[in-house]
Amino acid sequence: MRRTMLFFPGNSPNMLLNAGYLGSDSLILDLEDAVAITEKDSARILVRNAITGLEYEKEIIVRINPVGTPFWEKDLETIIPVKPHMIMPTKVGTAEDVRIVSAKIAEIEEACGMEAGSTKLIPLIETALGIENAYQIATADSRVCALFLGGEDLTADLRCKRTKEGKEIFYARTRIVMAARAAGIDVYDTPWTDVEDFDGLVKDAEFAKSLGFTGKSSISPRHIPYINKVFSPTEEEIQYAQDVIDCIERAKAEGKGVVSLRGKMIDAPIVARAVQTLEAARQIKGGK
Amino acid sequence: MSKLLKDLKEAIRLSGLKDGMTISFHHHLRNGDRTAVMVLEAARELGIKDLNVNISSVFDTHASFIDMIKEGVITGIETDYMGGAVGKAISSGIMEKPVIFRTHGGRPGDIIRGASHIDVAFVAAPTSDAEGNCTGKMGKSACGSLGYAFADAMYADKTVVITDNLIEGILDKPSISGEYVDYVVAVEKIGEPSGIVSGTTKITKDPVGLVIADYAAKAIEASGLLKDGFSFQTGAGGASLAAAKYLKDIMMEKNIKGSFGLGGITSYMVDMLECGCFEKLYDVQCFDLGAVESIRTNPNHIEITAEKYASPWLEENMVNDLDVVILGATEIDTNFNVNVHTDSNGCIMGGSGGHSDTAAGAKIAMIVAPLSRARISIVTDEVLCKSTPGSTVDVLVTQCGIAVNPLRPELSERFKEAGLPVVDIHDLAEKAKRLNGVPLKPQRGDKVVAEVLYRDGTLLDRIYNVID
Repeated sequence: MRRTMLFFPGNSPNMLLNAGYLGSDSLILDLEDAVAITEKDSARILVRNAITGLEYEKEIIVRINPVGTPFWEKDLETIIPVKPHMIMPTKVGTAEDVRIVSAKIAEIEEACGMEAGSTKLIPLIETALGIENAYQIATADSRVCALFLGGEDLTADLRCKRTKEGKEIFYARTRIVMAARAAGIDVYDTPWTDVEDFDGLVKDAEFAKSLGFTGKSSISPRHIPYINKVFSPTEEEIQYAQDVIDCIERAKAEGKGVVSLRGKMIDAPIVARAVQTLEAARQIKGGK
Repeated sequence: MSKLLKDLKEAIRLSGLKDGMTISFHHHLRNGDRTAVMVLEAARELGIKDLNVNISSVFDTHASFIDMIKEGVITGIETDYMGGAVGKAISSGIMEKPVIFRTHGGRPGDIIRGASHIDVAFVAAPTSDAEGNCTGKMGKSACGSLGYAFADAMYADKTVVITDNLIEGILDKPSISGEYVDYVVAVEKIGEPSGIVSGTTKITKDPVGLVIADYAAKAIEASGLLKDGFSFQTGAGGASLAAAKYLKDIMMEKNIKGSFGLGGITSYMVDMLECGCFEKLYDVQCFDLGAVESIRTNPNHIEITAEKYASPWLEENMVNDLDVVILGATEIDTNFNVNVHTDSNGCIMGGSGGHSDTAAGAKIAMIVAPLSRARISIVTDEVLCKSTPGSTVDVLVTQCGIAVNPLRPELSERFKEAGLPVVDIHDLAEKAKRLNGVPLKPQRGDKVVAEVLYRDGTLLDRIYNVID
């Protein structure tokens, strides 16, 4: 389950050391924007060593430099052999961008004797072109298991101001959610960048959840508990899900075909959602 | 005969202070204290030497003690805490006699039962009248509680109050009664206000500290002790304060009415009092301006003596009524022994204060600490100095999980039931070794530079000189 994805600069040993303990469901170890050009090679080595040496008990995503830069291939050659769960290609504008990265990963997987296709992709869509091609990107390759919206670069590309209200990315948000869901994959929202504004963060996360996002990324560890809470099932939701399962079990025992709970018919999607809710509740019990 | 004297030298003469005697000071003025140095300089000018200084804590403001030790003015120190400046010099072996470390409860206990005799107590008082009725709650050098000074004033052969706010008439509601005071001296300044109390104490923003605090609050909630009547003490460190904040949130949400908050008091504890989380605060020492203001104005914020706070010889001391105390550590070993006296090089830079008193008294003594600081492992196989025995420490909370003392299996079960990450302390030590490596042991000589006494006066450990 991914409610939160927390970014860590790939060139900060102290942050990488504690990355696994800050409560986020996934860790994004960054080789791209958080790392100065002069630090690219050292960050790559540090991230590789962190993955092998620190025994993170979290999902590891490595954000690589965009196709077209002199760095992305070296990023993959260094990182893929240590088996991160996912690679986040950046500035993805077309399905072809995804296929180029996927082909390079396939080469490395084969050379290392890894299972073909074991490395997944979560393309970062942060340009107008990428938004318009979101569905093609989502379905470009079987490695793609989620889409990720980058609001900051997108608004720069749109030549508009990034605001807390976020009207300027409303279309992008709904478009990317629609594309991901149409492709049957997850979708993650852009970070909230004001590290001190927790009320604004919660409103923004609740809005993203209401649009259909699976979870939200963050640049601040202090944001994590707030986002986790928004994307976790509430006590009422958990109780309702349990009631749905109990109701279905009873109906099965009694040989009934159609059942209702609190005056509403229980059908397959409701049961599926109840199972998801209870599984999510099980995974986060006692967590953050 | 008037107790009011013209200056410190006259007070020293009349008190009968001579070579080889013991003088005492309290540390309520913390790093702003000028009194101890002022008195010792006056004694030096009078040619007095070979003094044993019993001071409840030594801060860096007392760095001129180092020269006085070298000159022979000071030949012994008894204290509960020693900051890094004097600590480093002591660790190098500049003093012949070892420093005697006590605890905040052991010190008044030993003074009262006669195990630690004081010839002349010098009590810095932010406000006093000419009879020596004095308080810390008012005046330009206000520090709030004078909890650590009571035993000194009451049991020393002679007591001298030194104030920079001498009032006319009789002081209403003094902390220390003039009946215990022999002489009063007015000076221009007893301390530097900026060093006495900080403006406000602040919660950490360090994400690792916040994770530790979150686990700590959840563990307290899971322990079963967090219910009406709950009593609590925490330090002023960033993660401890953050834990108090999270605890307050839980108490407010669940409408839990605690009985009392104890110890050194910060604005955060005052806030918890004002929000109804506690009925009373019992205050042996104020850490910030908010606490000073509160103890002056809020009748439910009550000054207590160090004896009442933590003396093991007083059955009805407050630490014995504590449910939970949150404490720090510079090192903790796999037997849960805690070091708060030395740094990783074996140099003195702290002391027990109330650490082992509260650990012994509270139902749960919880240590909050990161696994490592600046690549130095905090969880180790064996601490360099045993400040608090592991048998009195119940829980260690780190960012990597919560270790529970095997003596408290029921706590471990409760934490697991609540879904908290319970880990074996040996696994934490191994993890720390893997990340940081195993450092070389500091080079120590065979000269004992300090003896660490447990709260009951028994010898707990010895600290040896450090070789550069």
